Amino acid sequence: MRYLSNVTTLTLDGSRCVGCGSCTLVCPHGVYALNGKKTQIVDRDGCMECGACQTNCPTGAISLTPGVGCASYIIKSWTKGKNKASCGPSLCC
Amino acid sequence: MLETLENKNNCCSPPKQQEDFGPLQILPMYTPPKEEDEVCCGPKPAPPSSPYERPGYEVCSFVEGFINTARGPVPRIKTNLDGSDHLGSLMVRLGINRNNYKVAPGLYALGTPNAGSNVLVTANYKLSFDTLRQELTGIDAWILVLDTRGVNVWCAAGKKTFSSGEVIRQVKQNHLDQVVSHRTLILPQLSATGVSALEVKRGSGFEVIWGPIQAGDIKPFLEADLKAEKKMRQVTFGFRERLVLTPVEVTLLLKYLLWVIPLLFILSGIGPQLFSLTDLWHRGLAAASAVLLGILSGSILTPVLLPWVPFRAFSAKGAVTGLMTGLCLISLFFRTVVLLPALALMLLIMAVSSYLAMNFTGCTPYTSPSGVEKEMRKAIPLQTASALLGLIFWVVSAFIGPMN
Repeated sequence: MRYLSNVTTLTLDGSRCVGCGSCTLVCPHGVYALNGKKTQIVDRDGCMECGACQTNCPTGAISLTPGVGCASYIIKSWTKGKNKASCGPSLCC
Repeated sequence: MLETLENKNNCCSPPKQQEDFGPLQILPMYTPPKEEDEVCCGPKPAPPSSPYERPGYEVCSFVEGFINTARGPVPRIKTNLDGSDHLGSLMVRLGINRNNYKVAPGLYALGTPNAGSNVLVTANYKLSFDTLRQELTGIDAWILVLDTRGVNVWCAAGKKTFSSGEVIRQVKQNHLDQVVSHRTLILPQLSATGVSALEVKRGSGFEVIWGPIQAGDIKPFLEADLKAEKKMRQVTFGFRERLVLTPVEVTLLLKYLLWVIPLLFILSGIGPQLFSLTDLWHRGLAAASAVLLGILSGSILTPVLLPWVPFRAFSAKGAVTGLMTGLCLISLFFRTVVLLPALALMLLIMAVSSYLAMNFTGCTPYTSPSGVEKEMRKAIPLQTASALLGLIFWVVSAFIGPMN
């Protein structure tokens, strides 16, 4: 299943990548693959910006704005402000 | 207050004892001696209390005994679910007691684990816990349950309650370093959003191994020496996975329907005679059906038929399913095509369906926040316009001519 293309905030700084492969393990959408001693983005539009790769990158080579792709959460963050918004108890989380 | 909460959270875990118990030893559950049949008034009394119960604590129904470890008795959990577990799952799926369906955090034993057995870490949402223990039938392992406030692994990781700090805290609080001789923890891959393997290693000395996404893949993962195949690392969102999420979506809407439906009936009564009870009933029924169909298409049909509905944006998918059900409704209510009321209902159905389908993005494991925001900025003005126009056309149509 695919969502919108060209929307992710994901960027990878190849010069800082040490090729540990953590991102390839934690990404639930197969966005990364190891190419020799460096990681590579192979499916950029598969990214759902969960932030697992960023949290587990030891050198800070990955940057993105993580969040939940949940409309009801985004509406709450517009109306109540980012800090007070939560996606529960309505909807899934 | 804090103390009461603490007690509540720990109600299911056995009291911690500080003495050294030496080697692992299984403590069987207490089976009361068979009572002789007695003639007595009233129903049979409940069985005697288990010797593991303590004042203020209760042994949970999923505990089948205790196992003695270097750090005191650890509850052994059953791998089969009983009636109360299934009932609990059903209620949660329907949206009942969903925000308080949890187990006490801490260490549990599966089968007969020893100091060399694997430690699997999970959330304290009982649905997650039940899935895990059921999938691990026949495996000897330790289960370390984190306090994720009764939220599932992925959502808890997103909310940062399934975090490096919480893993470290539970490892220390349960003296895991004394219970097991190795230094590895198996964490669900989907918790990586909240957990940094590096931080856990620094804070607890335990190395994190990312387990598979699905609990059902844990057995093959363990058999393959903690190696997950590529497909175990990719999230899926199959028919069944989508289907089980739909009842909650609908039940959450019931509270809005309590005022929306009466309002629609009243609105439908407005007409050339100022207010008509016949119209209230007949036209109100049509308008209410439109909203209910909008809910059906947005919260049930769109999620279930997700991959087959055209367009990638959920709001567009919802509009498509709304159009389909709308056409069915119109063919049912209008014997001849009357443009204005038909258009009004169509706009209403599509607005409701599109909005609800858009809200389903929160339940999917593949929509990015940037994408959702992008579609919302376009869709919300359209949905609002469509709903308002629909209502205006509906009221106006009553003045133009009879429905049929």
